Amino acid sequence: MSEPQATAGSLTHGLPSAEPRPVSARRQVINVGDRVFYIITRSLGIFVIVLAVLLVWNLVDGAWEAIRQFGLGFIVGTTWDPVTRVFSTLPTIIGTLVKGFIGVFLAVPISIGSAIFIAFYTPKWLRPVLSYPIELLAGIPSIIFGMWALFAMVPIVRVFQIWLKANFGWFFLFDGPAVYGVGVLAGSLILAIMITPIITSISKEILLTVPRAQIEGMLALGATKWEAIWQVALPYSRIGLFGAVMLGLGRALGETMAVTMVGGNSFAMIHSLFDPVHSMASQIASEFTEATYSLYVSSLIYVGLILFGITILTSLLAQLLIWRMAKGKLAILE
Amino acid sequence: MLCCLSVSVFFLVAILGYVLVNGASYINWEFLTALPAPAGESGGGIANALVGSLLIVIVASLMALPIGIGAAIFINEFPSHGTGHTIRFLAEVLTGVPAIVVGLFAYDLVVKPWGGFSAFAGSVSYAFIMVPIILITAHEALRLVPDSLREASLALGIPKWRTILGVVLPVSSRALITGVILAISRALGEAAPMLFTAFGNPFWNLNMAKPMATVPTLIYTYATGPYEDWHRKAWAASFVLLVVVLVTSVLTRAFLRGKSNE
Repeated sequence: MSEPQATAGSLTHGLPSAEPRPVSARRQVINVGDRVFYIITRSLGIFVIVLAVLLVWNLVDGAWEAIRQFGLGFIVGTTWDPVTRVFSTLPTIIGTLVKGFIGVFLAVPISIGSAIFIAFYTPKWLRPVLSYPIELLAGIPSIIFGMWALFAMVPIVRVFQIWLKANFGWFFLFDGPAVYGVGVLAGSLILAIMITPIITSISKEILLTVPRAQIEGMLALGATKWEAIWQVALPYSRIGLFGAVMLGLGRALGETMAVTMVGGNSFAMIHSLFDPVHSMASQIASEFTEATYSLYVSSLIYVGLILFGITILTSLLAQLLIWRMAKGKLAILE
Repeated sequence: MLCCLSVSVFFLVAILGYVLVNGASYINWEFLTALPAPAGESGGGIANALVGSLLIVIVASLMALPIGIGAAIFINEFPSHGTGHTIRFLAEVLTGVPAIVVGLFAYDLVVKPWGGFSAFAGSVSYAFIMVPIILITAHEALRLVPDSLREASLALGIPKWRTILGVVLPVSSRALITGVILAISRALGEAAPMLFTAFGNPFWNLNMAKPMATVPTLIYTYATGPYEDWHRKAWAASFVLLVVVLVTSVLTRAFLRGKSNE
């Protein structure tokens, strides 16, 4: 899609005109419509850039007091004390990353697997029926996931954790306060459940747009169905699939309500899968309205700024990966 | 592969079942039409939160839809030197922006200058969440429309803008609408950005410049509160929220099916 497309004007330009008289008047009318449409869509596009700049500007502006006070030490320190007015947030950052990555790690195989099943192993008439539950799951609001997790999942996780600790407690990951139920494991599990449908439904839409001719061509060459999917369909659509996974990771890192409800909100360094620790988002959500002085508010916005920075780095990494993967195979992708 | 799918289906059934069992029994006419009762008292409803959520998400959609789809058209149909790539890249970055950070942004942008919480600030944060989702799904949809269709239309002498509106968008409408539904359903249940923007309000309010109750913040308050009665109300409100989401998606699907039959 990167090659420039001919506009109506340039397309007719090189062709010999069927009419003897010049069509400049008529072409002018066409160009005005295109011109207006171009300007409208362009300014909408530029507006997205403005939004992004505005976001960064506002966050830096809000966090400025804390940035001046604590500098980069805010990121590596381990003290969060509103009473003595000292703030730094390393444990929260680590807690966020661990929960997010475990969640994505659990969700991706299930999501891509489901998407492949719906797109390639399901007869056409059955596809909407099977995609329907995924779309419904995607539509469930995060606050409801949080409630369900708190009242239905946490008791089960708690039993599981106690069992794990009793049998495998010598392993450092399982050597934590198992009896709470809420904690890193519960938070990661609910994140995985929450991002699965989003990754699945977008992956499926993307896989379905792989031209059937390409797959049928591969099958006609004697490939098995799995080989056709693995070697044609997935490479063809992987940029889109990565987009889907990115969407999932973004949601996992930034997910607030469910993690606030079952992640266990204590400001502590993570030692095991069972520790109740803050995520950056849950810290902001639970403390922002209680922040009584401007340095406290500013520190919380600083946490938000760091969270924002982490998500930018994640996106950047994904973009680089997409670029590297697509390089040699652009012919298939285009 | 089938196992992967059944995992998702299992969780869907588990969550829906739990909400249905715990929430449906509490629903009655009073719950849907009355204002919340004072803390500790039984009875009362969530009418103001229902109206509030609806108003805020409608205003947000009015802001987000044209920006998202328009920008996607610009990126895909008018390939430019760098600008399009920048916008697409930024949109990917913006999908990763946590809802809570969007809340902070709207707080700094709208709440602080206005000197108070407002429903409009909530709309701004919802719109901010929706724009990148709409943009990316729309871009993915548009880029998969075969060039031959565009060229066929252009070759008939149809101007480019009419080609886009009359050929490219209808061809990709299914994926476009899926993206929009995703964006709305994600925004509608998002409580995090509402905490510092629309804030919540136990009374009637239709003024977008004042604090307004929303269903997700109401659920959060009730679910984490100390009263057993509040938990039941939270389940009931969750049930209502789920039904709204469900009806939206069913209606959309019916609409899509009708269109594809024509």
